[in-house]
Amino acid sequence: MALVLTEEQNLLRDSARGFIADKAPVAHLRHLRDTRDATGFSRDLWREFADMGFAGVIAPEAQGGLGLGPVEAGVIMEEIGRNLTPSPFFATALVGASALKAAGGPRAEALLAKIASGDLLLALAVDEGAKHRPGAMTTQAQRSGNGFVLNGAKSFVVDGHAADLLLVAARLGDTVDVFMVDPKAAGVSVERTIMTDAHNAARVTLDNVALDADAALGAGERGAAILETALNVGRAGSAAELCGVGAEAFARTTAYLKERKQFGRLIGEFQALQHRAAHLYCELEIAQAVTLKALQALAAAPDKAGPLVSLAKARACAAADLAVREAVQMHGGIGMTDAVDIGLFMKRARVAQELFGDERFHADRLARLRGY
Amino acid sequence: MDQLDAFRAETRAWLEANCPAEMRKPFEDEEAERCWGGRNFKFFSEAQRVWLERMAARGWTAPDWPSDYGGGGLSKAQTIVLRQEMRALGCRSPLDSFGIWMLGPALLKYGSEAQKREHLPRIVRGEIRWCQGYSEPGAGSDLASLQTKAEDKGDHFLVNGQKVWTSYADKADWIFCLVRTDFQAKKHEGISFLLFDMTTPGVTTRPILLISGKSPFCETFFDDVKVPKDNLVGVENKGWEIAKYLLTHERDMIGGMGLVGGGRSLGEIAAQSIGLENGMLADPILRGDIARLEADTWAFQIAMERAGDLAKAKQAHPAYSSFLKYYGTELNKRRHELTMSALGADGLEWEGARSQDGEAARAWLRTKANSIEGGTSEVQLNIIAKRILDLPGA
Ligand SMILES: Cc1cc2nc3c(=O)[nH]c(=O)nc-3n(C[C@H](O)[C@H](O)[C@H](O)COP(=O)(O)OP(=O)(O)OC[C@H]3O[C@@H](n4cnc5c(N)ncnc54)[C@H](O)[C@@H]3O)c2cc1C
Repeated sequence: MALVLTEEQNLLRDSARGFIADKAPVAHLRHLRDTRDATGFSRDLWREFADMGFAGVIAPEAQGGLGLGPVEAGVIMEEIGRNLTPSPFFATALVGASALKAAGGPRAEALLAKIASGDLLLALAVDEGAKHRPGAMTTQAQRSGNGFVLNGAKSFVVDGHAADLLLVAARLGDTVDVFMVDPKAAGVSVERTIMTDAHNAARVTLDNVALDADAALGAGERGAAILETALNVGRAGSAAELCGVGAEAFARTTAYLKERKQFGRLIGEFQALQHRAAHLYCELEIAQAVTLKALQALAAAPDKAGPLVSLAKARACAAADLAVREAVQMHGGIGMTDAVDIGLFMKRARVAQELFGDERFHADRLARLRGY
Repeated sequence: MDQLDAFRAETRAWLEANCPAEMRKPFEDEEAERCWGGRNFKFFSEAQRVWLERMAARGWTAPDWPSDYGGGGLSKAQTIVLRQEMRALGCRSPLDSFGIWMLGPALLKYGSEAQKREHLPRIVRGEIRWCQGYSEPGAGSDLASLQTKAEDKGDHFLVNGQKVWTSYADKADWIFCLVRTDFQAKKHEGISFLLFDMTTPGVTTRPILLISGKSPFCETFFDDVKVPKDNLVGVENKGWEIAKYLLTHERDMIGGMGLVGGGRSLGEIAAQSIGLENGMLADPILRGDIARLEADTWAFQIAMERAGDLAKAKQAHPAYSSFLKYYGTELNKRRHELTMSALGADGLEWEGARSQDGEAARAWLRTKANSIEGGTSEVQLNIIAKRILDLPGA
């Protein structure tokens, strides 16, 4: 498949670009942050996301979704990245919906329909320590009677503070499954964690939480595969967001290079800055290429896309990281001020890198796959 | 799609039947075993000769050139299929040639009908080997300041001057050469693009020894060399446009060079040389460096693939080849640095069979030229800054 967007994908991008830039530019994030908004994102805006079809972008048409795939979801994530839009899109429409789609069955379909209509928010709870290490997970599900009992503690649960339903990854015997947990159930406590970038996550503790037999998405068998799919879609989506963050930070920086004067010249005339900007351009082009490739691979065969997804997350992390660091440096003192948006891009890039594995996590994963 | 699948099947069958087994093995000594063709070329083996002859007969040494001029007449998509199938079978390139990589595309765009008919089929068949007369002692990155002089003498130009870094000038049959035909005009506007035979009286070459211990390039001197007027490509004093067009092809070629490889991956080389502990390379910091390099390399391959797709969709920036040239060559240098680290002292033996006469060390040193030849990395960054990013005063 050609590594360019199709005509329909371009149309989607144009509409997402116009819509998000109009409704939720960086000022929107600032407003939520400065008013210490109780949710940290706008539920009204989420309703509009649903009206646009974005909330159900990957939900099947039979459930009122658009029935599209990872590439289209990535297109929307990139625009979210450009505008630093706090939105349930990632946790609900992308990751949560992917887990449910992978699980299948009537119950999952009913939930997908509620996602598409904007009436259900999800959050996937995976991480436990400071770093993303799903292999080291200790949260435990034990069979009990007809159902399960869940114990453990989760952190960096994106949108966990607002979710109507938590998807909790836990060990079950010698495998892993994903459990649907009502955040209001006995034994569940949710603590909102406002992150550096003014986006939200939660710490979730699970203390002898009793679950029905049908709470396990993978029915005790397919859980590991469902989790892997949800994580990979999330990683590729996060890579797309980082591409958007990097591209916008870069665009603002090159604009500044053409406007700010020192020593009687535009600072963009200094070759020291030109070469760094040109190098950064290359890194961003590569991140774009790899991210699209990974999203296409996920659309074609999700179970085979793992290595490309890791490559995309690794490269997008590195490129966005360089973009925001260069952005602050090339803006000089003004780049350090809260009044100018550049710092917000740096903060978002830092958080998004940590999400579902940073560059080192994914480079390590690739090295292991290659036998060293 | 079906037609392309059929083409793929036919191509595979033909390659299986026609590519000699010897030509499907990785090079042992790449420098010595590559086929460059030309009047004086000595084939390394009969298999090498047969392989060139068979591929040239189909025009597949230059698969996407028009068949009228001896090329394969394949579409872009078919050319990619041919490359993929050759890679899948491990087929060596039947012919490496500045004619194919650089001059051909320029002649196809700017050459006269007579020039195309004279030169292109010979390039395809590997009969004439070309060299590139661009750089001069005073004109490197600032190529347009070149001083080699060509005077109009009615039916011929009289060429005097000196070129330098002319790769394989001592082995080449013909040269494509930038000369100054107008010393009054602005520097970009007095340059012409000439073709001539290296056996013309007045042409001499002197090899230059490189840090790798090899002498792939020369100083080239022109002393009253008579070049027929018919050998001017395009319009007199308008050679700079052709020169630049040719450079974009050279850049694409050099940028992709680090990726053809085949052979063992860096991870494998390091695992064998250093060993594993708990399934991981015993040198953890080198492991990290290699993991990043391998990720970057794979990512760059995908970016090259996208560059092709962008070009097809007419969305590629005209200066995109500078990005590929810059990034690909810097990556290739990094790869060889890490290869040397992985091989350690074993890779440093300069002579003897164990190190194949310092093959890795010589290859490592050779890659240092990648970011110099065809326009330095700094020059590529200048081009990106100016033409793609539109930065001021660049
Ligand atoms: C292996 C090899 C093969 C070659 N083969 C050929 C060949 O076949 N035919 C041919 O014609 N030429 C050939 N060349 C020559 C090559 O194109 C030149 O070496 C190259 O263009 C650089 O020119 P220079 O060597 O004069 O370096 P210089 O131009 O003197 O550069 C010296 C340093 O200054 C930097 N620099 C120069 N200008 C700028 C600027 N504006 N901004 C920032 N930095 C700058 C350069 O990047 C470089 O780091 C070959 C070179 C090599 C190494």
